Amino acid sequence: MSDHDHKHDDHGHGHGHDDHDDVGYHATVKGYVIGFILSVILTAIPFWLVMGKVIASPATTGIVLLAFAAVQIVVHMIYFLHMNSKVEGGWSMLSLIFTIAVVVIMLAGSIWVMFHLNSNMMPIHDMRNMP
Amino acid sequence: MQATTMTNNTGAPVFYDNGDHHPQHGTLLGFWIYLMSDCLIFAVLFATYAVLGRSYAAGPSGADLFDLPLVALNTGFLLLSSITYGFAMIKMLANKKQGTLAWLAVTGILGLCFLAVELYEFAHLIHEGAGPQRSAFLSSFFTLVGTHGLHVTFGTIWLVTLMVQVTKLGLTKENKRRLICLSMFWHFLDVIWIGVFTFVYLMGALQ
Repeated sequence: MSDHDHKHDDHGHGHGHDDHDDVGYHATVKGYVIGFILSVILTAIPFWLVMGKVIASPATTGIVLLAFAAVQIVVHMIYFLHMNSKVEGGWSMLSLIFTIAVVVIMLAGSIWVMFHLNSNMMPIHDMRNMP
Repeated sequence: MQATTMTNNTGAPVFYDNGDHHPQHGTLLGFWIYLMSDCLIFAVLFATYAVLGRSYAAGPSGADLFDLPLVALNTGFLLLSSITYGFAMIKMLANKKQGTLAWLAVTGILGLCFLAVELYEFAHLIHEGAGPQRSAFLSSFFTLVGTHGLHVTFGTIWLVTLMVQVTKLGLTKENKRRLICLSMFWHFLDVIWIGVFTFVYLMGALQ
């Protein structure tokens, strides 16, 4: 336990207890530039795919778009939000994983349930004879 | 680091917690958890949009309405504001007050550009009769994108507040902590925007 807790602070500033200037935050120009270039690429390609109508099938395009979005979110998490398993002794990552689990269950569950509700409860086409 | 382990040889409880396990920057963790709860708000709105996004009520669809070059411009503003905020953080870590303020100002202007374009888009849609009351699709669209826009609005207000604070008090430890919180907020909004432009605009324009 204790050696794990010491690891989360080893960014080169030593232990942060009595270091007044250490605000527990570390960033580099290189990290931001890499993140920015990657996210520009990962943004430009999806826009190009849709605006240039590159892939004929909308379903395939949709899946490719979602894949690009997922990769870009990870890029932002790593390079802009500085996420890793060591931040705050792992608690940030733990809460992130918990949130992702809740979000996935909620999104997938809602879409699944409502899709079936929709297809089972769609009104019949001719509404004129309805009460 | 204090090592105040309470020991007692008479059999009373012994506490091994000497404070090491307490997160040193509790504010940042707390703010991160707030962001995670905010993430749940957006997840609910995304789920609502996923369910209602095809209910056009014989009105216009996303493919009819969305102006993708405008969305690309907006995405560019937000992406640029992310890296300029990053540069403000670099200046802050180097204790350069003027540099921090300058990059914060650039970030704020980019945020305002984003808001201006979004408000123009909303006004244009409402003017065309595609307001939030037109169909379930448009209701969920305005709620989702509007909530994101509100977050950017409050982020910009917060940014201006912090610029005043930094101007008056300098880069104190407290102001640095606030700036870090806002950086997490700002980058988080960019992450949400990735979901919005992919799921709402690009996939909506596919139909």
